[in-house]
Amino acid sequence: MSFPLLTATAALPAIGAIATAAVPAARRTAAKWLALLVSLATLALAVVVLVRFDPDGDRYQLTESHSWIKDFGVRYELGVDGIAVALIALTALLIPFVILAGWHDADPLETRSSRWRPTQGFFALILAVEAMVIISFEATDVFLFYIFFEAMLIPMYFLIGGFGDRAHAGSDEHAAAQRSYAAVKFLLYNLAGGLIMLAAVIGLYVVAGNFSLQEIAAARADGSLDMATNTERWLFLGFFFAFAVKAPLWPLHTWLPNAMGESTAPVAVLITAVVDKVGTFAMLRFCLQLFPEASEWATPAILVLALISIIYGALLAVGQRDIKRLVAYASISHFGFIIMGIFAMTSQGQSGATLYMVNHGISTAALMLVAGFLISRRGSRLIADYGGVQKVAPVLAGTFLVGSLATLSLPGLAPFVSEFLVLVGTFARYPVIGIIATFGIVLAALYTLVLYQRTMTGPVKPEVSAMPDLKVRELVVVAPLIALLIVLGVYPKPLTDIVNPAVEQTMSDVQKTDPKPDVEAAK
Amino acid sequence: MNPVNYLYLAALLFTIGATGVLIRRNAIVVFMCVELMLNACNLAFVAFSRMHGNLDGQIIAFFTMVVAAAEVVVGLAIIVSLFRSRHSASVDDASLMKL
Amino acid sequence: MDNLIALLVAAPLLGAAVLLCGGRRLDAVGHWIGTVLAAASFVIGAVLFADMLGKDAEHRAVGQHLFSWIPVEGFQADVAFQLDQLSMTFVLLITGVGSLIHVYSIGYMEHDERRRRFFGYLNLFLAAMLLLVLADNYLLLYVGWEGVGLASYLLIGFWQHKPSAATAAKKAFLVNRVGDLGLSIAIMLMFTTFGTFAFGPVLEATGETGEGTLTAIGLMLLLAACGKSAQVPLQSWLGDAMEGPTPVSALIHAATMVTAGVYLIVRSGEIFNAAPDAQLVTTVVGAVTLLFGAIVGCAKDDIKKALAGSTMSQIGYMILAAGLGPIGYVFAIMHLVTHGFFKAGLFLGAGSVMHGMNDEVDMRRYGGLRKYMPVTFVTFGLGYLAIIGFPGLSGFFSKDKIIEAAFAKGGTEGWILGSVALLGAAVTAFYMTRVMLMTFFGEKRWQPDERGNEPHPHESPKSMTIPMVVLAFGSVFAGGFFGVGDRFVHWLEPVTEHTHGHPPIGATAVTLSTVTVMVVGVGLAYLLYGRRPVPAVAPRGSLLTRAARRDLLQDDFNHVVLVRGGEHLTRSLVYVDHTLVDGVVNGTAASMGGLSGRLRKLQNGYARSYAVSMFGGAALLIAATLLMRAV
Repeated sequence: MSFPLLTATAALPAIGAIATAAVPAARRTAAKWLALLVSLATLALAVVVLVRFDPDGDRYQLTESHSWIKDFGVRYELGVDGIAVALIALTALLIPFVILAGWHDADPLETRSSRWRPTQGFFALILAVEAMVIISFEATDVFLFYIFFEAMLIPMYFLIGGFGDRAHAGSDEHAAAQRSYAAVKFLLYNLAGGLIMLAAVIGLYVVAGNFSLQEIAAARADGSLDMATNTERWLFLGFFFAFAVKAPLWPLHTWLPNAMGESTAPVAVLITAVVDKVGTFAMLRFCLQLFPEASEWATPAILVLALISIIYGALLAVGQRDIKRLVAYASISHFGFIIMGIFAMTSQGQSGATLYMVNHGISTAALMLVAGFLISRRGSRLIADYGGVQKVAPVLAGTFLVGSLATLSLPGLAPFVSEFLVLVGTFARYPVIGIIATFGIVLAALYTLVLYQRTMTGPVKPEVSAMPDLKVRELVVVAPLIALLIVLGVYPKPLTDIVNPAVEQTMSDVQKTDPKPDVEAAK
Repeated sequence: MNPVNYLYLAALLFTIGATGVLIRRNAIVVFMCVELMLNACNLAFVAFSRMHGNLDGQIIAFFTMVVAAAEVVVGLAIIVSLFRSRHSASVDDASLMKL
Repeated sequence: MDNLIALLVAAPLLGAAVLLCGGRRLDAVGHWIGTVLAAASFVIGAVLFADMLGKDAEHRAVGQHLFSWIPVEGFQADVAFQLDQLSMTFVLLITGVGSLIHVYSIGYMEHDERRRRFFGYLNLFLAAMLLLVLADNYLLLYVGWEGVGLASYLLIGFWQHKPSAATAAKKAFLVNRVGDLGLSIAIMLMFTTFGTFAFGPVLEATGETGEGTLTAIGLMLLLAACGKSAQVPLQSWLGDAMEGPTPVSALIHAATMVTAGVYLIVRSGEIFNAAPDAQLVTTVVGAVTLLFGAIVGCAKDDIKKALAGSTMSQIGYMILAAGLGPIGYVFAIMHLVTHGFFKAGLFLGAGSVMHGMNDEVDMRRYGGLRKYMPVTFVTFGLGYLAIIGFPGLSGFFSKDKIIEAAFAKGGTEGWILGSVALLGAAVTAFYMTRVMLMTFFGEKRWQPDERGNEPHPHESPKSMTIPMVVLAFGSVFAGGFFGVGDRFVHWLEPVTEHTHGHPPIGATAVTLSTVTVMVVGVGLAYLLYGRRPVPAVAPRGSLLTRAARRDLLQDDFNHVVLVRGGEHLTRSLVYVDHTLVDGVVNGTAASMGGLSGRLRKLQNGYARSYAVSMFGGAALLIAATLLMRAV
């Protein structure tokens, strides 16, 4: 038996989480370094997975399969395709930056001894989230996936509710109330989605007799498992609802601005760049594979919702006064693009959506972490409290600008590649929707540039005049992300090579082929 | 004599017992009413035993008596200790578990 | 030799990377690094040009394939370059004028502490602009297209501490984004129609699809061109863009970037040739803009904004020519090149004036400067003669050809377009004479500013005057060099095609009328601004003048319709999101809470009430059982 690489990739951060939590309270710094080392080791394992993965090989590789709950046919089955590999790499890549960026976020406050901030807990929870997200990407057993899909809510709940943003306009009590409101909202929203999904998971078991994604998908493909049309649609909706909450899709999005606004910047990155990706990933992997016909049935409605997300999220981002909430609404807009790409059912759309997940993770991380550095310096999240930062902290402003430009999908940076693919892929099948979605790029320029203008340019406000520029630790966080944005924008081929075969498989699952160009079709 | 009359009597006793449980506040009275209900059941068992001509009902009645005796032992002990600590035998006063 | 093409882009790109990431260590030498790399790019361009001249006309187009950029099933985007005569013209213009302006900036930005960064942005601009004209497919062109937009954004807002500069930069980017919308949709249409967006295959296959699709693509490309080239209705950003340092206005907002729209249309000639409706719209846009810009140019007192109006108007000529089809493409590009010389020269002259006048831009506070700045006066004057189309100078050759081609379009259309172009020539002569007279002639009108600093006009340093002299040289001779013997036509013909147009009134008549209207324009300006003193405070003026001072109310329109409307929309959406979408969620949560609060009351802690529910439940069960039995 070969080395269980996938299990190891998920288990390492899990063990690291326990170890970090066990570090004695006084040795705070040791816990931080331990967490960082574990996350780096996980990154190394993820790179091994990336290297061992053969894009032209079987659909699911590095598979592991063990019986788990025999009576219900639940198996411990892992396996990765190109899409999962890309997302595992993204997750493993971002966590070290999240840890490094949040280095001081959980330090005890000198002024308020009553609010003890358990440093160890903070980093242990981050690692726990990482472990659960990675195994969600790996699981090919529906039940196994469901367990970790839900379980990751627990550490996230504590990260949001327990370690809020210190830069809060109101009093401490008000801040605490806002924070717990955001955390509970996050939990309830996602639990509601998860509950409906649980019903659908049970329903799927009743219909199919087991939980194995591969078996069910194969049986669906060769026709040996026939679902009544209505059954399939209900099951699809059950799954999709949970994923749409997590993604989030309009109108199920309202938890995200609260959660991202109230949590610290690294946790906000964790939410939007890592955890939410499980939702969109699961749409690709589970909704399309298990319920191809229902997916097609629901496509028009989902595309319209995605389109609303794009425009609505962008418009709301324009109207925000709080930097982090602005980024949150921008993310809602971007998730609209991802979901649109998935359900456009073209190779370009789905490849674009997968790349979008990776690129959005990197670009949002870059923008949000720099915004976090900015906020921690001034102690305010309100855009109006800034002005002229460019003059006093040019490097900070420069990195912030690159993050903003990535968010508005400037050609030459990675998000452009994915956004254009999604738009082209959608346009090829649904021209009207594609054209309306293109308006999103104008709105994206509006909200990012207005944000940059109001915070970074103009006369220097007295409160920011003593603002220090980025420190070495912060530069170490931001510089690699920016470098990656440029590299993946100029040369995304390594990524597309991994993703393309998996997308082709998904396309054949839903029995769709790309529309032919008019000129060829006419011949 | 028609055995059905015994059943009517049992039902009557049970109802009296149940009403007592529901409306009285004194723990001793409530307790006695519970006993009354148990004995009403016993009467019904015995009556059915007679009607069907087998001994099952009578055996059950014995069981009930044993259980009732055990209950008296435990229940009275609780009531006595409650009375000692609160100087009252009212069931409404014992509300410490209420939120 | 073909492998040098990538180096053209790489040299300034390297400069941008080094200068922007290098930090303060490079402050002392930054401007030299930038200038040398820009010049290196020019040298490479010249070498490639010499190589190209060595081949016969049909084999001059060369290409270089670097790598596969976005390979996705059915979607093939490459990083590949194409260098033909059209691209070569642009390469020489961009790197040549670009290098001169780098040299000029060394002097102009000498006292700016962020000079290194300025040169980094300039190099970034050169790289992006070269990418734009060298790309062999529309998607890569798009990268350059947005890249120049970014560089323009950074450079307009270079003095970010001024809120007006930051706002102008943002406005330029946003308006350009609206244009980019057009380019995006055009590329998507090409992809769904032809399955590719590389120049070669798309332009060859135009015959295989319907006119409707081609018209749609053409209009979308035109929208993109309108954004980048500041054509009506996306013209509003160019005037504000003058907030940037003057070398930027010369390079980006006069000579090169704003002409990218013309390049796009000429490059896509086959598409427009097959879509007459799109061509018609293009000519209309060009004609409207050339008048619009000229009128605005007449009313502005800010020297740079007057020149910006002029730029808009001159690009209107080019767009008009490009919309005329094969009779106009060559002249559009020819005017573009000559305009690159004289307009860059005029802007550099304006910058030199501002440099000597404590950055004063109001022409009503100039006057009589010819004595103080002789070199600036002469070079500016030559540029002025070139732009109004003084016979023998550059502008004369290129503008005359465009007017001729407009008449040659034929029919009523031809008459209207030709007359508009002719009228534009008169207005051009008027406003440029006005600029010239207000700046260099008359009495001195400058006063001490609020702090009592009186400007001491003086000639600029050598690093600034030499580029002006070179450009003035170009303004004088380029047109003649290109025009005599149709040299430029033969050069570009293999790429853009050319058919000779015959205006209904004859070419000589057109030339004569052009010269006549020019003289009328100059004379009128002399009467108004040369014969009598210029008031230091602007008179109220007629309704048209007041409207023109406000850029013909373009910003008022945008403000009322877009900004105000958008603000209301976002504000109401924020409200809706909070009360309605979130309200449903919070409402559900609240009603759940209320329900459970009521249910909680059942748990009153009395043993008796629990007993009642037990009895009640038992009774219900028994009743139900009996009922079932009975049924």
